[in-house]
Amino acid sequence: MTQEEILKKVTDVIVAKLEVKAEDVKPESEFGNDLGADSLDRVELVMALEDEFEVEILDSDAEKFLKVSDVVAFLEAKKNG
Amino acid sequence: MKQSIITGASRGIGLAIAEELASKGSDVVLVSRSGCDAQAAAIAQKFGVRAKGFACDVADSLQVQESFKAAIDFLGGVDVLVNNAGITRDGLLLRMKDEDFDQVLAADLRSVFLCTRAVSRTMVSNRKGSIINITSINALRGQPGQANYAAAKAGIIGLTKSNAAEFASRGIRVNAVAPGFIDTEMTAALGVEVCEKYRAQIPLGKVGKPENVAKLVQFLASDDSDYITGQVIGVDGGLNI
Ligand SMILES: NC(=O)c1ccc[n+]([C@@H]2O[C@H](COP(=O)([O-])OP(=O)(O)OC[C@H]3O[C@@H](n4cnc5c(N)ncnc54)[C@H](O)[C@@H]3O)[C@@H](O)[C@H]2O)c1
Repeated sequence: MTQEEILKKVTDVIVAKLEVKAEDVKPESEFGNDLGADSLDRVELVMALEDEFEVEILDSDAEKFLKVSDVVAFLEAKKNG
Repeated sequence: MKQSIITGASRGIGLAIAEELASKGSDVVLVSRSGCDAQAAAIAQKFGVRAKGFACDVADSLQVQESFKAAIDFLGGVDVLVNNAGITRDGLLLRMKDEDFDQVLAADLRSVFLCTRAVSRTMVSNRKGSIINITSINALRGQPGQANYAAAKAGIIGLTKSNAAEFASRGIRVNAVAPGFIDTEMTAALGVEVCEKYRAQIPLGKVGKPENVAKLVQFLASDDSDYITGQVIGVDGGLNI
């Protein structure tokens, strides 16, 4: 999977779960400040990403997800690494 | 209120709750240690809803995960969970065995955590749900000979309030019901003398019936109570006044 494909898929999940517009989801967008995610939203997002990408995401990894690009980098390493 | 799971539904209060919810048109899954196929079949027949029994030890994490997955598949979702399963292992603290304490904590408290977690994902994504936990008057007052049981039931109250706060933003309500002295096999095991002693203390002058509890649970499960969450509500004939 290319980085671009991953970003596209991650954006789709974020749009569905956080009820935001696709154009507001940028690699540098922060989940808390920019996308308005509370702690429960983050857990839901991680579970949706696990389903969508068929990977397991540990809480210790998820804690480090600040921006959209953090998630993309993590998934890139996980899928292609 | 369309898809309900009730634990400890083979008899007593749990069975009355399953019947009450079914009578209002909810499909029901009845969970108990031994399974309750006959009870489920009778409910389906009587109320014209879909009903199925599952044998599952609600204190066992793996069994809960598997049974609840199958239960949610059967119902096509879940919007009501009633955590009713419970046991007693009474004895004075001086002589209480480790196993008696641990088993009651597992069956009465851990089970509520496990079953709630097992429905939480579905309820959170549906933005809807009502969870009702059956605690006891003895969690509020304490009871000689029931340190294990009162501790577990008091734990349920803390769990109820925390879960209510955690899930409120997702449209999920969590409440606890605290029965007083209800006529079931659990209380019959205490013997006639003890039952009579209790009855004499109840301001309304009679022992409760499982249906008394079931009607409150039905109200808390339904949208009629949609502004009520994080509460502990007694059904005790005034015993806790
Ligand atoms: N009867 C009362 O006066 C009274 C008072 C206060 C609270 N309660 C509570 O109400 C609930 C129901 O009580 P009841 O009087 O109907 O009891 P009961 O003993 O008649 O029924 C208990 C049910 O729980 C199930 N159960 C127990 N442990 C289980 C386990 N590990 N896994 C799966 N199922 C399990 C049993 O199979 C049974 O279906 C209990 O939580 C009890 O503590 C009862």
